[in-house]
Amino acid sequence: MMDYASMQFAPTEVPVEHHSHGGWEPYVDNGGTSLAIAGKDFVIVAADARQSDGYSINSRYDPKAFVLSNQTVIATTGYAADAKRLVEVMEQNAQTYFHKHDRAMGTTAMAQLMSNTLYYKRFFPYYVFPILAGLDKEGNGAVFSYDPVGNMERVVYLACGSASALVQPFLDNQVGGANQRGHEGGFLDRATARKIAIDAFTSATERDIHTGDWLDLFTIDRTGIHREKRELKHD
Amino acid sequence: MFRNNYDNDASTWSPQGRIFQVEYASEAVKQGSAVVGLKSKEHVVLVAVKRSPNELASYQKKIVRIDDHMGIAMAGLTSDARVLSNYLRSEAMRSKMIYGRALPVGRAVNAIGDKAQTNTQEYGRRPYGVGLLVIGQDDTGPHLYEFSPSGIVSEYYAYSIGARSQSARTNLERNFEKFEDMSLQELVVHGLRALRDTLQQGKQLDTLNTSIGFVGKDTKMTILDGENTQAYLDLLDEGEAMETE
Repeated sequence: MMDYASMQFAPTEVPVEHHSHGGWEPYVDNGGTSLAIAGKDFVIVAADARQSDGYSINSRYDPKAFVLSNQTVIATTGYAADAKRLVEVMEQNAQTYFHKHDRAMGTTAMAQLMSNTLYYKRFFPYYVFPILAGLDKEGNGAVFSYDPVGNMERVVYLACGSASALVQPFLDNQVGGANQRGHEGGFLDRATARKIAIDAFTSATERDIHTGDWLDLFTIDRTGIHREKRELKHD
Repeated sequence: MFRNNYDNDASTWSPQGRIFQVEYASEAVKQGSAVVGLKSKEHVVLVAVKRSPNELASYQKKIVRIDDHMGIAMAGLTSDARVLSNYLRSEAMRSKMIYGRALPVGRAVNAIGDKAQTNTQEYGRRPYGVGLLVIGQDDTGPHLYEFSPSGIVSEYYAYSIGARSQSARTNLERNFEKFEDMSLQELVVHGLRALRDTLQQGKQLDTLNTSIGFVGKDTKMTILDGENTQAYLDLLDEGEAMETE
């Protein structure tokens, strides 16, 4: 029989790496939140513009959402420097495509390209959580979500960033009809989707210190990209 | 008489101080259909005659966009032009990424000039067989450059290269002082007029064989082909009618 009383056990040590590079870290989380909602023939992209580093604000207006073509927008959260570079690389690839094919790159092609671009740096990733949104070939709203190394999924709506845990459940309920009885389902209309996006951000701004200052709101439909800039609380 | 002895490769000078391989390459440019370039205070324009090898074939693209602020027209070996325009496009993007501003036109043209020069001095390589008219807009205004297989680059108020381009050049020499204050539309029509002088008897400019390109201070590089050239061709004909009245 085992004599548990007299067994000696070494104190447990949590398995973490102990070496460090003089306290240098290649990544920084610059905070901020983004979301996208797809409709039948439109898509809404919204992203706040506060850039922070811990408790400090780096900038009250550093846009996180970028227009890639007349029917595609990328919204980024995570490390701002990587986000900017990622967008620059995507813009170059979109230009090259245009030169080769004599027409602009479609949303679904751009989505696949984004996945490949991210995986290209699989072993030193872009610390970015991109959302790519636009109209597909049939003119329907399309939203694509990614992880930092390119895992791609097409969705109807999504929230990313520091307040994603606040916004995503709100979208699940309001856009997806989750936990609601008698919800009709189907796509939202423009006005409702826009209101939900704006309310999501005003609420996120209240509770998340990294979200606020300004909101960039893009509406994409077959007439083009309509851009709106709205003020959010600066505290 | 001794031309044949010194023309085997680009690394050989003739006793008269000529490199025949480079000169032969320039002949290839003269075989291509004409292109005309001209500039005003605010814009610079390219017009070109497109050729089709036979009725079944499409008309060869003559004007190519490099970036929002730059474009080229080619005369000669179009495959060589493709290689050079791909190079210019990647240089333009590289410049934007490294320096955060559009590639200055002069710098772009010197880049391909240097590239072409190496082909005139290295053993075993052949010179590029294409001439280019490069147009662009940068901080110092609109520009028009000629690039030739020798690697020589020159800037112009107005110029023409390709088959029977001397006729166009003569027309431009007579009129270029008026271009400075012209509107974009007038500039294009004058370009078409000079281009028309390069056509053979019985041939005409039409929407199938005409290509127009332009760029300016507030105008991104634009290329017009097919039906889009009709408006300018109509203006050209109107001007004709007025002149003969």
